[in-house]
Amino acid sequence: MIFILSHNIISVNGDHTMVHEWALADALARYIIYRIGHDRKNIKRIIVKLGVLQSIDKEILGFALKEILESMGYTVAKIDFEDEEPVLRCRKCGYEWKPDVDVFNDTVKEAIHFVPETIFSYYRCPVCGSRDFDIVKGRGVDITLIEVE
Amino acid sequence: MTSIDPRLLAAKERLSKIKVIVPVMSSKGGVGKTVIAGSLAILLARHGVGTGLLDLDFTNPGLHILLGANISSWPEEEKGVVPPMIAGIRFMTTAYYSGDEPLPLRGKYVDEVFKEILCITRWPGVEILIIDTPPGIRDEALDILTYIPSPRPLVVGTPSPLAIKSVEKLVKVLREIGNEIIGLIENMASEPGPLRLLAKKYGVEYLGNIPYISKMDLLIGKPYELTDEIEPYLRKAVNRIRSFIH
Ligand SMILES: Nc1ncnc2c1ncn2[C@@H]1O[C@H](COP(=O)(O)OP(=O)(O)OP(=O)(O)O)[C@@H](O)[C@H]1O
Ligand SMILES: [Mg+2]
Ligand SMILES: [Zn+2]
Repeated sequence: MIFILSHNIISVNGDHTMVHEWALADALARYIIYRIGHDRKNIKRIIVKLGVLQSIDKEILGFALKEILESMGYTVAKIDFEDEEPVLRCRKCGYEWKPDVDVFNDTVKEAIHFVPETIFSYYRCPVCGSRDFDIVKGRGVDITLIEVE
Repeated sequence: MTSIDPRLLAAKERLSKIKVIVPVMSSKGGVGKTVIAGSLAILLARHGVGTGLLDLDFTNPGLHILLGANISSWPEEEKGVVPPMIAGIRFMTTAYYSGDEPLPLRGKYVDEVFKEILCITRWPGVEILIIDTPPGIRDEALDILTYIPSPRPLVVGTPSPLAIKSVEKLVKVLREIGNEIIGLIENMASEPGPLRLLAKKYGVEYLGNIPYISKMDLLIGKPYELTDEIEPYLRKAVNRIRSFIH
């Protein structure tokens, strides 16, 4: 059985030394169980869409997600990841752009890892200087598919 | 099946371990929510209660200033983030991440930050969580009332006619959705005034008045001195909150 899921966004952090991913993997695991229930426990495949705004560590997230699901009595055969590039759009002048996350210093990157909306603290529209822009795409994590036996 | 944000599932689980969650609320701005939230948390911790303090005023956080907290040392990561102990309480604020920069947020992003923070923050040892909130009945207030399990709001007002009508509207909203209001505090009032009548009208416990403290500005950033000064006026509120954990 295949569950195609609607948009659900969650953000994760991507530093190898950090374990903040566990909290997010925990949220994803609870969500997956909420969707598929307790009858079918063999998960063939999960697709996780990752917004790259926060330089996500797929290895840690995938590992944590698998561990948590297994600790709850599920098996997970395969977790696939899809990247989503960030796109921002200015409300004031309408300019739409792909931010270069690498220009931020480490502190700013980490702040965005934890709370992606701190991008409004550190980033402004390159055309008009406004902070009133929208994060159109590329924030957080989105589970797009769960396939169970 | 209705869709739900995964973060809320994790948040609910984390918060369900806390015995009492008290958002300090007022639809009116500048009435003393931040001063009262911070002082209450410190007083509860002094009674040996595991206390957490969360600043949900994302665009205008003030608790770290009140507590004199160093926001450049961030929460530890441990399967989420664990807020540091400051003045005896576990203190969480977005100011760790936004620093001294502005954080302008439209409503939908307030909602995102709310879910993110509650999903990632762990509260080990916390029995009582005090939450500071921005004024108004908007995203932050609605998020608290809708997504936090059994919040018990403490409502703050002043005797100003501008505050009274405003506070009455909040009390109405809280009543409609069946929230247990922990009580009402009348701040910057030399004696019990119109808010006592309001409390009576709605069957809400009146937790007393706090007089205008003229040296207040000198106490900001000195949490222990502030709490010593305000303690006599918050005794009733502290006991009322403590009564929920025994
Ligand atoms: N009892 C008091 N005596 C004197 N000054 C006070 C008293 N209570 C609060 N203040 C002062 O009043 C101002 C507003 O207080 P505070 O910031 O706690 O209000 P608030 O309700 O949190 O405001 P906001 O709605 O902006 O969040 C501050 O400068 C504070 O120091
Ligand atoms: Mg305040
Ligand atoms: Zn612009």
